[in-house]
Parts: sequence; structure tokens; C-alpha cells
Amino acid sequence: MMDTLETKRKFRQVGTRPIRPDGIDKVKGRALYGADVTAPGMLVGRILRSPHAHAEIVAIDTSAAEALSGVKAVVTGRDLVAQKDDFFRDIQENCLATTKALYDGHAVAAVAAVDASTARAALKLIKVTYKQLPHVTDVDAAMTPGAPIVQGGRALETVPKGMSANVTNQVEFGHGNLDAGFKQADLVVSRSFTTAAAHQGYIEPHACLAQMNADGKADLWCCTQGHYFVRTTCALLLGMEASQLRVTASEIGGGFGGKTVVFIEPVALALSRKAGRPVKIVMTRDEVFKATGPTVVTSMDVRIGMKKDGRITAGEAILRYSGGAFPTGTVEMGASAAFAAYDLAAVHTLGWNVLTNRPKEAAYRAPGAPQAIYAVESVIDELCQKLNLDPLDTRLKNAARKGTLSSYGPTFDDIGLVATLEAAKKHPHYKAPLGKNQGRGLSAGFWFNFGGNTSVSMTINTDGTVSVAEGNPDIGGSRASISLMAAEELGIPYDKVRTIIADTASLGYNENTDGSRVTFAVGMATIHAARAAIAKMCARAAAIWGIDPEAVEWVDGAAVPAGPNAGKFPPMTLAEIAAVANNTGGPIAGHEEFTADGAGVSFGVHLCDVEVDPETGYTTVLRYTVFQDAGKAVHPAYVEGQMQGGAVQGIGWALNEEYIYGADGRLQNAGFLDYRVPVASDLPNIDTVILEIPNPGHPYGVRGVGETPIVPPLAALSNAVSHAIGLRMSSLPMSPPRILAALSHKG
Amino acid sequence: MQYAKPTTAAEAARLLSAASGVTRVLAGGTDVLVQLKAGMVEPDLIVDIKHIPGIRTLQAEAGGFRIGAAVSGAELGEHAALCAAWPGVTEGAQLIGSKQVQGRCSMVGNLCNASPAGDAVPGLVAANATVRVEGPNGTRDVAVHAIPASPGKTTLQKGEIITSIFLPARAPRSSDAYLRFIPRSEMDIAVASAGVNLTLDAAGTITAARVALGAVAPTVLLVDACAKAIIGTKLDATALAALEKAASAACKPIDDKRGTIEFRTKVAGVLARRAAVIAYGRAGGKL
Amino acid sequence: MKTIQVATTINGDAVEFVCAPDEPLLDVLRNRLGLTGAKEGCGTGDCGACTVTLDGRMVCSCLVLGVEVEGAKITTIEGMATGNQLHPLQQAFLDHAALQCGICTPGILVAAKTLLDRNPNPTDTELRYWLAGNLCRCTGYDKIIAAVQDAAQKMRTA
Repeated sequence: MMDTLETKRKFRQVGTRPIRPDGIDKVKGRALYGADVTAPGMLVGRILRSPHAHAEIVAIDTSAAEALSGVKAVVTGRDLVAQKDDFFRDIQENCLATTKALYDGHAVAAVAAVDASTARAALKLIKVTYKQLPHVTDVDAAMTPGAPIVQGGRALETVPKGMSANVTNQVEFGHGNLDAGFKQADLVVSRSFTTAAAHQGYIEPHACLAQMNADGKADLWCCTQGHYFVRTTCALLLGMEASQLRVTASEIGGGFGGKTVVFIEPVALALSRKAGRPVKIVMTRDEVFKATGPTVVTSMDVRIGMKKDGRITAGEAILRYSGGAFPTGTVEMGASAAFAAYDLAAVHTLGWNVLTNRPKEAAYRAPGAPQAIYAVESVIDELCQKLNLDPLDTRLKNAARKGTLSSYGPTFDDIGLVATLEAAKKHPHYKAPLGKNQGRGLSAGFWFNFGGNTSVSMTINTDGTVSVAEGNPDIGGSRASISLMAAEELGIPYDKVRTIIADTASLGYNENTDGSRVTFAVGMATIHAARAAIAKMCARAAAIWGIDPEAVEWVDGAAVPAGPNAGKFPPMTLAEIAAVANNTGGPIAGHEEFTADGAGVSFGVHLCDVEVDPETGYTTVLRYTVFQDAGKAVHPAYVEGQMQGGAVQGIGWALNEEYIYGADGRLQNAGFLDYRVPVASDLPNIDTVILEIPNPGHPYGVRGVGETPIVPPLAALSNAVSHAIGLRMSSLPMSPPRILAALSHKG
Repeated sequence: MQYAKPTTAAEAARLLSAASGVTRVLAGGTDVLVQLKAGMVEPDLIVDIKHIPGIRTLQAEAGGFRIGAAVSGAELGEHAALCAAWPGVTEGAQLIGSKQVQGRCSMVGNLCNASPAGDAVPGLVAANATVRVEGPNGTRDVAVHAIPASPGKTTLQKGEIITSIFLPARAPRSSDAYLRFIPRSEMDIAVASAGVNLTLDAAGTITAARVALGAVAPTVLLVDACAKAIIGTKLDATALAALEKAASAACKPIDDKRGTIEFRTKVAGVLARRAAVIAYGRAGGKL
Repeated sequence: MKTIQVATTINGDAVEFVCAPDEPLLDVLRNRLGLTGAKEGCGTGDCGACTVTLDGRMVCSCLVLGVEVEGAKITTIEGMATGNQLHPLQQAFLDHAALQCGICTPGILVAAKTLLDRNPNPTDTELRYWLAGNLCRCTGYDKIIAAVQDAAQKMRTA
């Protein structure tokens, strides 16, 4: 279902910055996250993980662990229901391996014990007989003939014969005549790029508390971006009916895509079922790094042709992505997004996903897009440099607009790229002077955004307040945005509305908090639910007044007669109608269950100044400005927060964050000490400019804003560093040893 | 596991000597608890030395300073006289971990952790500091430089603990500086580091120098060739270039996740040069 | 492992607990005393989410043993507000939208208060270095810095 934009709407609540409803609990330390709850008789669950990058599991002997005093249950992969569907079988195998350990940290068994030290001791008593196999962690190496096969027989029909068995899918997008396009170019630049796997780096490790009774009824509390997905998956893996498993989402301590998946929840349920007691599992930080989703690791080739006047004549990208030991479709998003910002006559992208002995990829903010766009935006920058062209003017000249046939197929409706580029061009940052060893970089970025299946229930309480139940964990202030939209539509003050996240038994299905969908899709469902409640309230007023319901309309939070012919009655406010609801036909509520279509794509442009110490390769970020189209910023402070947070994650990825594997295939930096996320002193203020080019597919014009901001920083930083050192960097992260090595080879 | 909090050094030494299993000495705990968490060690006995008299005090002695083994980085940084006399030593100690870690970590702990990358150690070695070791066979004073044996190992004997550090009296026109390289601005382990301690004559000529390098060899290096390169000079460009070259030449680093041999070798030289310039300025020299 | 009895003061209240000799203070606070405001993000002193003060000094409670706090004075996030009266820092974090997921917020508030108690007028740079031990993955720190500076300004003029 797709809505039309109310172009003339004057907003009263939307666009303000009220305090979030969950705020006080969070500043007082009272909010309950995944690890913050307990249950009587609770056991501690812990997971045994493979120390090998690739090994056959010959046997698992749990008898000694089971015999240890205080151990109440031990489970292995055999305790989960074998799945037929590939998607769920991969999750099952990732939760507890049955035949092969596919990466360092792959779960192979678990225990539940009376306390943590007993559980730790029990893990040491589980005897796993491994037969080590050759491993491969490098994406290019995994594609070569003779590379160790991570999993055989996983290639889709799209993969041509003769490729390595590690290649699981091939995707292609584009249009036009590439050869003709390159012939028209005055300059063609080809360059190869690599990016390291990055982790979402949420500060809250995965945690859950499971309680499963002998009658098959279960309750699960967990930190997740989507408790309905958790329910679906756990029900399958435990062989339960969905109705028997109630999942409640805790407050969530960051996710960024990494908590759209299931790791420990089925294991905790299986342990609880066996032990007959509640089981809590909390991952340690090194487990989070070793066994939860980093991004894909990539190797890419990009070739772009340009006329002297800056017009791009052809663009080609070849992407080799690895999402670890299980197939993933992320490369499709990279291949779709690579050239999405540009109006091109000839464009072609080709991508492969490749299996490696790394953990199963999980989504990370605009999955697949930052890498491909980094490569494309780097080559565009190099072309501008070599042709002596202004990088913003050049992007404006080629920018996609309304009516542009996008590189991945659809034709764009109203989009904000040109406005965003123009805002960057006229911003003082763009012309600010630079000093020695300093450089400025910019990049455009794009994300599709998503809508999806959504349910919202709204109750009009008899005291004139409103309760909204939605089903998407609030990862960055969305309860405030949903409350704002409810208040806006109903015409009542924000503080009369309270929005909560319902459990899976209390509300219809909701897709994960992902795809930048919540403010868009849940917001739209909330508006629809409010309209349903308004229709009922208008009908009540009509009945009280004795007029036709169609003769009543809703204005500024009250039912009023629609025009002079309807009769003369004073307005009845929401509170007045609610107060008598139980005597005029019963409780009043509105609800919506729908598939939200019409998510508008989103563009951003980032400007970045850096200084590089030529003697150490150390990069200081001096100034950073984010320009982004939000469609309509419902709560501008949280929109800015997304822009700033995404930018800083991208800065970290560009400069220092990376998964480092040793020759033994084991992860060497499974902690925050050596997996270096940016700290406060690494950064300047992150300035933001919100553009509002309304999304025609949402009544208020809302676009998702959460993912786009991580897309431009990789190229913005790389372009800035390349200008500062006078050398084109083509590998991320640009850690000091890499920059210094590049400089020393330059001589 | 047992936890003991002896109230004398002799008692601590007795407990540690008598223990049959794995022992750990606890001062600030910022390394010991990390090892416990990682499961790297499961001690049978932890001896908390913070209740030994003097172990948490910092006082003037013989024109220098005696610093108890459990004095925290934050406490060092708040001691104006110590910071004025030994700015390089104190800035090194204050680079260990976060401000939270500074509330607990100690220079002695950093030394006994025996990492070649410990931020407190190059400054202490350059300062020619000594530590007081108390153990079953009595008390001895030992140069800081002699404590680390190899990564993770010290030359301390079973039952011995370090109870204090002594920083000697300063000659006029003396000062020091410490620099480290990390990929972020904070919260990292040194990839390479340098401590430089100088004394000048009235004309600004360097009369004494000690240069120590961290994270470029199994233990912190005291590099005589670096000292020779600048003694007798006013730290002119030639001397600085010679210092940098000598520092890089002394490096015997490894390739690891934190840096390459090439990177560490080059950056150690850069840091030695830069630290020397800072120390020279602090000692009253003018470049 | 035999537990040890410990008497201490937390947020001004006398508290007694028992804990295992190798049990971090963070686990004592969270699992034995119900003070779950301090969070475990890493357990190794790298993230600051478990920040509390111990005898006036800011520490990672994951790097302190429970047995070490005998006779000590501890403050946690739970002690920052006075009943329903939020501390100016807490109010500023709400006003400036300085939290997204909020998991780092308790640690950052304790750290920021410790700084302002010593230095009521820090520069942005001083503040950023002081908070370097508190990882926040959501905000990019920008609004946190703004919130602390706003609270500092209000506290100076109060």
C-alpha cells in the first residue's frame, strides 16, 4: 500500500524536538537491556566455539561436562531441528554447527549451569574431535582454482560453470552500450580497490533470557532489531508453533543491522527446554567479534570514462564480496547501488558473492553500498583531479534526477541528490582554506530505503490520552517520532501520547527494524491507525449530535460538523469523545496491518577535511559536514543523530576498523582495544544540513534516514587523504602503516 | 582462588613464596582483571598489595621522589612537583588506558606486566629510575631497565614484589619527554614509543642523555647510540637526524596486528627525534 | 569458590554483600545488588560502559574486584539523580538528544560528572579526551559534547 503526499500540510508537532519517552529511564540507568533481567532459578548459559578456521566435527563428547556438579544441560547441533530451507538451515548451522566448523568462533556446543564459573568449567570438559581442513579467508584467494572449498553445492544457477565452488551467486545490472561509452570518453580511469570487513560495534553484546516449559510454551527476552523474526526462526529451530513462543524485545544497546539476526536465542531455548529452568546467555565481547556479523570483505574493479567537460560516458564495476562462510546476497545491493547517484547512458555492474572461512555476515547500515560507492566515488574524484574539474560541479552535471533511469532498473521519482549537492556547494565548508598536509574529500551516497510489513495498534483512552503499540525495537529514538506522528494526525499534544514496543503475542507481524524503515513504515501505519480511530470518533460525535457520520470531520484534535449544512454543534475534542466512549458504543481504537510501499530513496553528500602526518601516516579529521535529504525530518535531532553517527562509523571504517586474520585463519583482534572504533577525541564536531525533498510515497513526505549516512564517508575520507598526501589510496582502512607504506613507495 | 590483602611487604612475600599454584599480585588490577576475563590465567592466589603501608604514597626523598607501587596514574598527574621535575615520566604513565584506567593503573603494574609497549616504561628507563624489590631474601634496589626479561616475563624471583619506584634528584637544566604512536588519539597500545631524558649546560649543549624506545624489541631498549648522537650538541638538525637514524637502527621489531617492522622502525626514529625536541625545550634549550 | 563478605557504601547507603574472590565489582553491582545501570560492553576496560566512581576516582567497575571495595565509597548512575530531580547532566542529555540506544549513557554521565566536579569549565578538547574511554557507537559524540557543555554552563551559573 502506498500513500500520497499531503503537499499542503502545515505541521504542528512533526519537526519539533521533544524529549523521547524512554529518556528518563535511560539517563537514570533504569532502562532494561538484554542482560539486565533475571528470572527465579535462572541458569547461566555459555557457548563452546571452534578454535579452528575450518574443521570437520568428527565427534562431540559431552559426558564429562554433563557429569560436572552444577551443570543442568548441555546441547549440541543435534538439539536443533534440521531445517530444509537454505536460509533457515544456514542460521541453524550458524547457531550450532553439526558437521563442520566454518570459522574461528563458530558455535559447536553449549551448557547451562548454576553459575558462570561452573559453566566455564563445563565448556572445558566438552571434548570435540576436530579434523582440521585447509581454510581461506581472503576473498580473491577463495575465487582461485584449487582454493579450499568452504561449502560445496551452494552456487545458484546464476553462477557460470567453471568458477570456484566458493562463488555462490552472480548478479548483473545496467543498461546502454559500454564499449561505445568508453570510446566517447576523453579519459578512462580503471582502478582496483579492497575494503576490510568491519563490525557494527554495538556496545551491548547479544543477550537473552529464555524460559521454556515442558508443555512447549516459551517466553524469550532478547536484544534484537526484530523480535518477530526471532520468533519465526526460533520456532522453526525448536520445532515449536509460533503461538507458543512469546518474544519480548528488550531495550537495545545498538544494532546497526547486526541484531537483525539470531545467534544465541535458539541455543538458550534448547538449554532451557532440557534443563527445565530459565537460561540466560550473554555474549562476551570477543564472542561478539568472532561470531557475530561483520560486513562483507571486498575486492573491486571500477572503470569510468569521462569527457573533458565532466560528463560521464560509461561506468563499470566488478564486485567480489565475501559474506563469510554462508551465502549472502549483499553483493546484489552493492551492484545496484554502485552508480545509483548518476544519470548514465552506459553502465554495467557485475558482482559475485564468495564463501570464505569468516563469520556469517550480518547487515551493517546500508549493507553492500558503502564499499561499491567508495570505489566509484574514488574513481570519479580521480577523474576530476586529472581533468582539473570541480568535483561538486561534475557530480551535479551527472546527477540522477526525477525521471532518470537508474543504473539498477527503476526510474526515479522526486529525489534529493541535486538539492543536496547544491547545498554542499554553497556551504562555507566547501571553499574554506586548507593548510599544509591537508586535503578535502567529498562523496555522494545513496540508499534504497525500505517499507515492509508493519502493524500498529492505537488506543484512545477515556482520559483523552493515547497509547500506541508498535512492534519495532526503538534503536535511536523512534518511539519519539512515532508519538509525534500520532499526535500530529490526532491533533493532540505530544505528551498525551505514549508509544511502546509490543511483544510478539500482542500485535501483528512486523519486519525487523532495518532498511531505514521504521519512521517511514511504522509512521505510516500509525497515521493510518490514527485515521481509523478518528473515523470512529467522528462517528461517535455524529451519533451524539444525531447527524450523518459523513457530515463530521476532524479538525485540530476535535470532531466538528463538516460545513454549515451539517448542523451547528460546538467541536467535540478527542478527550470529550473519549470520556464518554464507554457509553456511546465502547472503547475506541485504531489499528493498521499492511505492507508499506513507497519508501523513497535517499541521497547524502559528505564533505571532509583531513590532515595527514607525513612521518607517521596518522590522519586527523579536521572538519566534517553531512548533507542529506530526509524527506521530512520528523524529529530533527534524531535525524541529525543518524547523520552524525553514520558518518562517524564510516570514518572509523575508512581509517582504522578492520578484521585481521592470521595465517592460521584465526581472528587476531577480537576486542575494542585492537578493533578500533572512533573515540571522542578522534573527532571534530559533525555538522549537519538536513534537506527536505518530500517522499511522494508518504503522507508527510518522510524518507528513511538511518543508513545513507554510512555510505559517503569511505570515499570522502579516501579522497581527502589522497589529496593530502598526493597519492591515490585504494585500500581500506587507511591505517597509518598503510599510508606510511604508500608514502615510502612514492619515495 | 584465594584473595589475600597483607599489611606488610614481608607478609606479601611470604604468601607468594609459600603459594604452590599460579599467583598474581594485585595493585590497580587493570592488567590482572583483563587476564582473568580473557581466561588467560586462573590464579590460585591473588595478593592485593594496596594495604601495605607506603604503597599508595608519593613523597620527596633525597632530592628525588619515591613513588609507592600502587600510586595511580591519576595521582601522579595531580602531583605538581613530580610533573614539573619528570614531565616525560608522568606523561607516559598518564597515557596508560582511559581516564577510568588512570584511576587505578600504576607504573609498577605497567612495568611488571612486562609488555614491550608499556607506556610508563621508556620514560622510567630514560630517567634511570630504580625500583625497590622486597622478597624472601630481603630488599634490593634494581634499575627499572633490568626488570623486564621478555614479553610477559620479569626478572623478579618467586615471592618478590616491587614496593616502590625511585626517581633521582635532577641536575639543573634537565628534563624529559615521552611520545608514543597509536592509530587513534587515545585508548590504544603503543605501536612504537620513545622516552628522552636530557641535561644541558648553561649554553644549551647537551651534557647527558638517555633515550629509551618501546614496542620495537622484546623489551624496552636503552639506546646508547641515540645518546651519543646528541650529547655535546645543541640538538641541531644534524644531531636530530643522527638521533633518528640511531633510533631506527636500534629497532628489532616484529610484524603484528598493530604495526609492521617497516612502520615501527621508521616511526620510532621520528618519535625519538620529536621527543628530544620537546625534552630539550623543557630543559631550557632553545632551538 | 568460597565467598567473601564485604561492607561498603554505595550511593551513600551502607551495603553489605558476599562475592567470590575473582568476581568483578561490575558483576557484584549487576548480579548481586540489582544495580544494572552500569553495563558490560567489553569486560576489559576498553569501552567505559561500566564506569563508576571509587573513593572519588572514576574507574571501570569491570576492572575492580568486589573484594577490593571493603570500606570504600562507590557511586553509580543510580545515585546521580536526587529522587525525581535529574542532575543537570541527565537533563541536558535528554534536551540535546545526546543518546540514541542509551547503553553507553550511564557510563558517560558518570564520567562527565566526574570531570565537571573537578573542572567546571572544560574545553571541548579536554572533554573529548576525558571521555575517550567511553565508547559510543550511535551518536558520533557530537550531541554528547554539546549536552555536557550545556550542563556545565548551567551548573556554573546555577
